[in-house]
Order: sequence, then structure tokens, then C-alpha cells
Amino acid sequence: MKGRSISPVALVLVALALVPLLTASNVVLNFLVQMLLVALVAQGWNVLGGYGGQYSFGHAAFFGTGAYVSAILQMRYGVNAWVAFALGVAGGAVVGAAIGALTFRSGLRGSYFALVTLAFAEVFRILASVAPITGAGVGILVTLDLRPQAFQFQSRAPFYWIILALVATSIMIVQMIGRSRFGAWLVAVRESEDAAKAVGINPARVKLAAMTISAAMTAAGGAFYLQYFLFIDSGIAYGPWISIEALLAPIVGGVGTVCGPLLGALVVKTLGEVTKHVVGDAPGLDLVIYGGVLIVIVAFAPNGISGLLSHLRLHIMRLRSSAAERSHG
Amino acid sequence: MAEPLLRVERVSKGFGGLIALDDVSLAVEAGRISALIGPNGAGKTTLFSVISGFLAPSAGRVLHNGIDITGQQPYLLARRGIARTFQIVQPFAGLTVHENIAIGAHRTRRSRGQALDAAADVARTLGLADVLDRPAASLTLALRKRLEVARALASDPELLLLDEVLAGLNPSEVGAMLPVIRAIIDAGVSILMTEHVMQAVLSLADHVFVLAEGRMVAEGVPRDVVGNPQVVECYLGRGAAARLAASGVGHG
Repeated sequence: MKGRSISPVALVLVALALVPLLTASNVVLNFLVQMLLVALVAQGWNVLGGYGGQYSFGHAAFFGTGAYVSAILQMRYGVNAWVAFALGVAGGAVVGAAIGALTFRSGLRGSYFALVTLAFAEVFRILASVAPITGAGVGILVTLDLRPQAFQFQSRAPFYWIILALVATSIMIVQMIGRSRFGAWLVAVRESEDAAKAVGINPARVKLAAMTISAAMTAAGGAFYLQYFLFIDSGIAYGPWISIEALLAPIVGGVGTVCGPLLGALVVKTLGEVTKHVVGDAPGLDLVIYGGVLIVIVAFAPNGISGLLSHLRLHIMRLRSSAAERSHG
Repeated sequence: MAEPLLRVERVSKGFGGLIALDDVSLAVEAGRISALIGPNGAGKTTLFSVISGFLAPSAGRVLHNGIDITGQQPYLLARRGIARTFQIVQPFAGLTVHENIAIGAHRTRRSRGQALDAAADVARTLGLADVLDRPAASLTLALRKRLEVARALASDPELLLLDEVLAGLNPSEVGAMLPVIRAIIDAGVSILMTEHVMQAVLSLADHVFVLAEGRMVAEGVPRDVVGNPQVVECYLGRGAAARLAASGVGHG
């Protein structure tokens, strides 16, 4: 099962890498960049939520920190954009570790953990909307400088390949976690903290490590967003929209699976785009669709699309074997 | 005298007004099966939770090889080599039997492959080899109890705390479990078990502690303990020993 799951993912990634060679359409590339951005942020959420069972409602806190740290370093301190990107990721990891230390030390689990992460994201959003260093209500605009060394490009293709490489890296990291002792500990903590403790696992420490990795991945998404759109404000960086997409994509695609976030991001983003074309650009309509999708998935496919697919594969195998039996008889 | 593997020294534990453990002491010697018995509500599980670090005692000390481990976190005790099972089984329900046991084996093995190999070995010892790839959630209670023991054993403990691993099993399942427990002691792991099933305790244990209403009322080899009038009374009610003796059914 685990051995087989790598090759289809690798194939999909290679196929995706070829897309800019086949089309120069900005609409297509723009759609795919945004889809992959969600896939990256969602993979971050998946490390903590899918493997660790800690459902965060506030991954915007890490996305926004990645974006703001990078923006502030570039625009206020003249730091190179690539360096600022890396420091943005590190900043997200630090915030993840800090929030993790506070929440897991005090033993918050389940819906309490979800609510506290949501509260942290909201506090960051409000602070960013008033503090001068974050540009308060105006936000931060990155000066246009279309040179690769400034992490800005004339066309969308380089951005596309960068975000694709980030997604591929995140998938590799998750795959490595899944095959490591740390991954086994993380899943054990998700399934039963008491039983995990009884075999020598320190749940708080395992969850803290997962949250740090998770936050770093999501912060990379935020820092990438900044380079792609060259603008952030508090509502974009720390807004609930990104927290929702971060958890919706893995839940739709399959929590705790390697390719669930990518699959979910594709489905969710496609649905959002189709709705826009069919109904027109009514604000908030995508959220209505997301809500509907979430209800359907939770009610009928708790293991997401990945779960449905493996269920289907089993079903087909069973049909085949029973057909074979009949032809023999 | 050499320091015992585990020593409980004058431990008390109260929950509000209820005194669950009152000045309890015991010593577990290495290489033996020690059993903790007593009627429902005697405080057996509370004492287990205190020993394994899930509860802190109100008073008293717990020593492991002479080192004070009172109130240490369960995962630290597990790393010292004190593993436990749960009376209400706690499998990692979403994982397979193999993965469950491997998580125990990971305590001393970093590599996933080594942990899985060790887990398969333990599964063979405990008669779980046929169900390795089944989800833990799909097992019968008897197999889940075995899985509890397997996971704890895979963590290479020095002392294994078995909390009612026979409770809820039918007689043939109990019969199948006894050699499993003997195999563990033969492998050099010491055992402290709590148990309801008296017959099993008598045939397994080298040393028995009897807890009643939070107090240690007797200890010794199984044969002596069951004949002890105090023990008979705490199971059957006051005066029972005398009535039994009078009617001639006592152990005499």
C-alpha cells in the first residue's frame, strides 16, 4: 500500500511539470499555481491534522507569518527576496513551535485545540491590521522588480515550477515521516495518547515537532503567495479563508494520506472555479460550495476521495474475482 | 537483602473523600509472576495507575531498583522498562495489528524495518501471527487483550504490568492465555498482574498480594493466601470463613 502510493504521485508531478511546455495560457497556469499553493498549505495541515490527529482551525497564523516576515524583511530591511522567503518559513516554524508549546503543554485536545488555534490566527490578524510594521490597514506592497534574483519573474511558468517543487518537497517530507519512527509515534498519539505514553512516547513533544513542521510548510505557502501576488494585508495573510482551505483540501482528499491534500486541492479549486463561471463572481459563494462539499464528504466519505478510491479498487477486485469464479463454475 | 525490582512504600491515594489506597506497601521480586488480587473496588487499578505513573499518590513512594520514581510521567517509566497494559483495552484502533506492536518495538528500535521485524516475532510468541494485517479495531476482545500484551512486550520491558488481561474472556480463551503469560516470564520479563479469575492466579502466580478496601490484607504464596480467613472474608463477607470451616468445606 505505502510502497505503491509513491509512483502514481511521482507520475502526476512529472505530468504537471510539463504543463507550461504545452500551454502558455495565463488562465490555466494561474489556476494551477493557486491550486498547488493550496496543496502546499494543506500538506502542512495534514502533517499535524492528518497524521497527528490535531485539527487546527488556525493555520492562517503560519501562512500569514510566512508572508509577513518575508514582506517586512524585504520592504523594511532590504533583505534579498530569496533569503526573506527562507526566513519567512523559519518564522512560521517558530510561531508554530510557540503556539504548540503553549497549547500542548496545557493539554488542549480536540475542539479546544481547534478553538485556540482559531483564536491565535484571529489575534494575529487584528494585530497585523493595526501595527505600523505590518502596514496596518493598508498592507504591504512589494516593489516590482522582475528579476529572478528578486524572486520575481516575467512569466508565470517559473512561479509554477517553484510552487510545484515546493509541493513535491512537501510530499517527500510527508512520505519520509510516514516511514519513520517519528511518523509511527505521531500516528500512535493520534490513535491513543494513553497507550502511546505506556510504550514510552512523550505525546506533547511529538505533537510539538509535528506542529513545527506543519507550520513551516504552511508558512512556505504564505511566503510564496507574497512573491506571486506582491501584496498582502491582514485579511489575506491571517484571514480565515486560508485556514479553511488548509483543512478542507485534506479532508476532501483524505486526511493522513500522502496525496490527499493535492487531490483535495484539485477538487476544491476546480469546484470553486466552475462555480464562478456558472453563477458569476458573487462574493462568498465559494464558501457556500465548500460548506456543502464538507458536509457531503464528512457524511458519506469520512476517508475522503482517497478512501473512496481504495474502497472502489477493493470492490472492483472483488467483482473480478467473483466473475472469475462464475466463469470457472 | 537485595533491593527488589519494584517497591511500593506506604502509598495512599484519595479521591476527594474516598480513600482508594490506604498505606499500601508491596515488593515485586525480579523473575517472578506476582499477582495483585482483591474484590471489585479494592483499589487494584488505582494502585496500578500509581505504579505506572498515570496517577500521582497522595502519600508514599514507588521505587524501581531502589530509585524513587514516584509521580514520574508514564512515558519516562516506560523508558525505564516498566510497561503496562490497560484493563479497558486501548489499541491504536486505526492501525493494523502489526503496526500496533511495531509502535511498542520502536521504543528501542529506530528503524521501521527492525521494529516491524521485532513486532512480527512478538506476534508469533503471542499467537497473533495470523492476524498481523488485520485492523486492530476488527479483533475480538480475546485477541485485543493479546494485542495489549504484545505491544507492551515489544517495548522490551523489565517489568510488565498486566491489568486484568483475563477479565472478560471465556474459559477456553483463559486457558489459551496462560501459556502465553508463562512464555513471557520464561523470556526473562518480570510480571505484576491484577486479576479477577482466581483459578488462573492460583496456577500462574508465584506470589500473591491481596488488596481489600484499599488496604493490603494478606500476601504470600497462592496456597497460603486462599486459605487465609481474612482473604475469604473480604471476598465472601464477614463470618464466611468461620461458616465454611464449620460446614467442612474450608481448605483446612
